[in-house]
Amino acid sequence: MAEAAVAKNQGMTFGKNERKLLVDPLSTNNPITVQVLGICSALAVTTGMKNSLVMAIAVVFVTMFSSLITSALRNSIPKQVRMIVQLVIIATLVTIVELTLKAVSYDSYKQLSVFIGLIITNCIVMGRLEAFAMGNDPYRSTLDGIGNGIGYGIILMAVAFVRELFGKGELFGYKIIGSSSEYAVNTAADGSWMGWYQPNNLMILFPAAMFVIAVMIWIHRAWKPQLVDVS
Amino acid sequence: MGELINIFIKSAFIENLALSYFLGMCSYLAVSKTVKTAFGLGLAVIFVLAITMPINWAINTYLLGEGGLFGTDLTFLRLILFIAVIASMVQLVEMVVEKYSPSLYNSLGIFLPLITVNCAILGGSLFMVSKEYGFAESVSFGLGGGFGWFLAIIAIAAIREKIRYSDVPAPLRGLGMAFLLTGLMGLAFMSLMGIDLAAFN
Repeated sequence: MAEAAVAKNQGMTFGKNERKLLVDPLSTNNPITVQVLGICSALAVTTGMKNSLVMAIAVVFVTMFSSLITSALRNSIPKQVRMIVQLVIIATLVTIVELTLKAVSYDSYKQLSVFIGLIITNCIVMGRLEAFAMGNDPYRSTLDGIGNGIGYGIILMAVAFVRELFGKGELFGYKIIGSSSEYAVNTAADGSWMGWYQPNNLMILFPAAMFVIAVMIWIHRAWKPQLVDVS
Repeated sequence: MGELINIFIKSAFIENLALSYFLGMCSYLAVSKTVKTAFGLGLAVIFVLAITMPINWAINTYLLGEGGLFGTDLTFLRLILFIAVIASMVQLVEMVVEKYSPSLYNSLGIFLPLITVNCAILGGSLFMVSKEYGFAESVSFGLGGGFGWFLAIIAIAAIREKIRYSDVPAPLRGLGMAFLLTGLMGLAFMSLMGIDLAAFN
């Protein structure tokens, strides 16, 4: 519906429709909890906030530029080979991200390993290209790409927040709860710093990501009943 | 031979692509509403994984590596070449199946194009590279990984068929429940980590 309304209003303005493109994917049309796209990588990298932030930035970069490029080329891509063309555009951008990350932060590159490469098959990117960028002008496609990338990133960070906080008692690698020997200033005589908390190792395991996302979907749909699955 | 069986068992049960790495989740969640469709997609995934894995191995070893055809390190082209191989293999498999086995084509038909963007396929190839497998090992890894994915999607589809008759809270119906079930199945599969692989040697 939004797509049709946007198509009529061309030009480089930033009005209500453009804002909708940017804001809708953050909640009512979220790529993970509503459109069910891009789950694979969302689960594997969310054991820590740092990796999730890197992943989120990488995905925003890829969705933004792939939407821009595909949309700019949309009238010259033949229908039969459009999937291959889109894949090549995405793969090129992902390669740029991978090499940049390797040069800038080798640790994150090692930890994320194959999951950076898997952004190619992240359905968000492909899905937005098919659903939006192939039929709209570059400016709006870019906004749509940014919106969906950020919507994905928010969920990623939220899942990572829960998993890292309760799984390791840390955020971004800094101790928040649980006993620690690092913070001598705040530590009691027996060496405990908020020592009542024992990290729950289940949260670090893969299945925990599933449970956290399931609970998020539950809350999100209880809050917005129009999203409930009727089938 | 024992080595290859080991890799098969390991990739099918212990390091299950769907349940321990959560790869291919998009189609896993979308196509697991009935066992029949899940069966078709599962077969197609085994098929494509077993074909693309050795091809990607050959490309990675003979074209991109230091000792390859061009004599220089071209590994930065790996992602583009792998995805191109997968996309064209899927297309080729689709054409061959359509010509020689129309009945299989009719049951797999709509799922084949979906497989190009199934991350289990690309993920399998990337894991193969990072684990430095040889040719026979990559075939075994492809078959095992595909079989594991097949088992996982059949299992969840069967559970989802049954759970339709349960009284699930409205906001959790459908997608939410599928996530919870997958998590529980992941926990169950973790118990398979205890398999003693040395017994097969």
